[in-house]
Amino acid sequence: MTRTLFSLALGALICVLPLFCNAYWTDVCVMIGLYALLSLSLNVILGQAGIFHMGHAAFFAVGAYTTAICNTLYQWPIFLTMPLAGAAAAFFAMLVARPIIHLRGDYLLIVTIGIVEIVRIALLNDVFGLTGGSNGIFGIARPRFLGFRIVKSIHFYYLVWGMVGASIVLFYGLWRSRFGRALNYIKADDIAAEGCGINVSRYKLTAFVLGAFWAGMAGTLYAAKMTTIAPESFNFMESVIIFAVVILSGGSQLGVLVSAFLFIGLPEVLREFSDARMLVFGLAMMLMMIWRPQGLLPPGPRRYPVATPSAAAAGQGGRS
Amino acid sequence: MEQFLQQVLNGLAVGGIYALVALGYTMVYGVLKLINFAHGDLFTIGAYLGLTLLVSCNLSGLLPVPLAVLAVFIMVALLVALIGFLLERAAYRPLRHAGRLSAVVSALGASIFFQNAVMLLYGARVYVYPDFLRPDFTVHLFGMNVPGVRLLVIAASIMLMLGLWAFIQRTRIGAAIRAVAIDPGAAQLMGINVDRIISLVFLIGPGLGGAAGLMVGIYYGQIDFTMGWSYGLKAFTAAILGGIGNIPGAMLGGLLLGVIEALAAGYIAIAWKDAIAFLVLILILIIRPTGILGERTADKL
Repeated sequence: MTRTLFSLALGALICVLPLFCNAYWTDVCVMIGLYALLSLSLNVILGQAGIFHMGHAAFFAVGAYTTAICNTLYQWPIFLTMPLAGAAAAFFAMLVARPIIHLRGDYLLIVTIGIVEIVRIALLNDVFGLTGGSNGIFGIARPRFLGFRIVKSIHFYYLVWGMVGASIVLFYGLWRSRFGRALNYIKADDIAAEGCGINVSRYKLTAFVLGAFWAGMAGTLYAAKMTTIAPESFNFMESVIIFAVVILSGGSQLGVLVSAFLFIGLPEVLREFSDARMLVFGLAMMLMMIWRPQGLLPPGPRRYPVATPSAAAAGQGGRS
Repeated sequence: MEQFLQQVLNGLAVGGIYALVALGYTMVYGVLKLINFAHGDLFTIGAYLGLTLLVSCNLSGLLPVPLAVLAVFIMVALLVALIGFLLERAAYRPLRHAGRLSAVVSALGASIFFQNAVMLLYGARVYVYPDFLRPDFTVHLFGMNVPGVRLLVIAASIMLMLGLWAFIQRTRIGAAIRAVAIDPGAAQLMGINVDRIISLVFLIGPGLGGAAGLMVGIYYGQIDFTMGWSYGLKAFTAAILGGIGNIPGAMLGGLLLGVIEALAAGYIAIAWKDAIAFLVLILILIIRPTGILGERTADKL
């Protein structure tokens, strides 16, 4: 109950936040929104299905570069490139994940790190002559929505956070569905899940591809916001930050939002100590695992309305 | 042919360094089933400590250069071993019975912590090892001129590896380490103090890693605070290539990865050098996930 209230309060705060912020802080909040979006998509893979995936920046990069290339070379409008960016990231994810998805936890972790490095090096080396090497791509157009040009930080703020809101609703539906239950089962015990007839590899792959699709779309928003993208924006450290946000959140969507604010917002608040912020970040990760390994806000237990006679008499659903 | 042999020798030198770092990964993985992400940064710390001891503490002025390097070698290994020991105590021991993910995240946190601690202490710039530390004689070998430093690096890493190999295979403590790696519970029942063995592994692995850091400093002449990431990831690749948890596997994997990388850089394209290690990693995990010498972990995949 307190959690519902807290969610509502946080939602309301997010809606009105830019009214109290100057352009700089609105920009910071846009970045928090982008990380929240990425973390929500990684949450499907890591938080729900328990797949150790530390290469999310690779799919983010594929999405951002797809948008940038389509926009600067072929003058596609930004919003039209969004599904394409998602699809490109998803296709790439399927291609790379298919042979490795069966690998055990930490092996998969190290391979996904390898993927993010390979993508970064490929972008640096100007693969296919499209990515512009280490300079990246600049001059990406601003998105237009029904003739309205999205330029200012506050426009992007509502665009990004609107997307975050939509993602939360969609992923909540996913969590409640048969698919979401299967993912949670795989996370809890993949052998038992396999024994119950769940096709573990297929479900894991689907979760992976879905998360990548979302990361690709986040890439579109990033490219549109920045108008310039370069390989160094998608390095391994970005993957680590997204990974850490999800781990520290505990796996609930509310937790992801809170930890995105903590991880991206707090370092901005502590600007004076900006040199030491990554030091504190690492220390926080260690301490967190020692004191609260389940994360800030682990998802509550699933509730099922089971109508037993006594529960029906008491006028409430039982808990499974 | 000469270019080929030169590349192979170059690869062996780098591969020896990878192998030394990989040993730390593989030993820790053997006893704790944990990827110690901070290991690469312990390697960086070794490189920086070596520079500080040699230059700031002017050890190279007090002693003849080869002797100073040898002394610093030992001091760096001991100091980094101590840091590794403390790291295990602080960040991993409380998580021994928590989930594996917790320990991995803690290791990542430790890695970020160390990397930034080095950056704050030394600054973000690249440091250059003084030239005179680098032995500048050349050796005639198979009709080629080979830089002596390259042969020394190869010799030093192989000697360290042989020493470790003898220690693991021939001594009682080595047998205890092997026993803990196979089954910690059974080892404890046989009267082995598992905690002490784990501490010992965290002394040996980082010690070798720190020594490798110093070797990189002398061999390449420059170090920076992020080098732990790339060397660490490649060394881990080497450990998997040879079969993780397997000590001779890490040695073989390291040397092999170094040679593959050097040949690929020489014959394909140097810009893709770093990507090749990861390509090798992905291929080996698809084709033979247990690595070249790994057998034991087959059932767990």
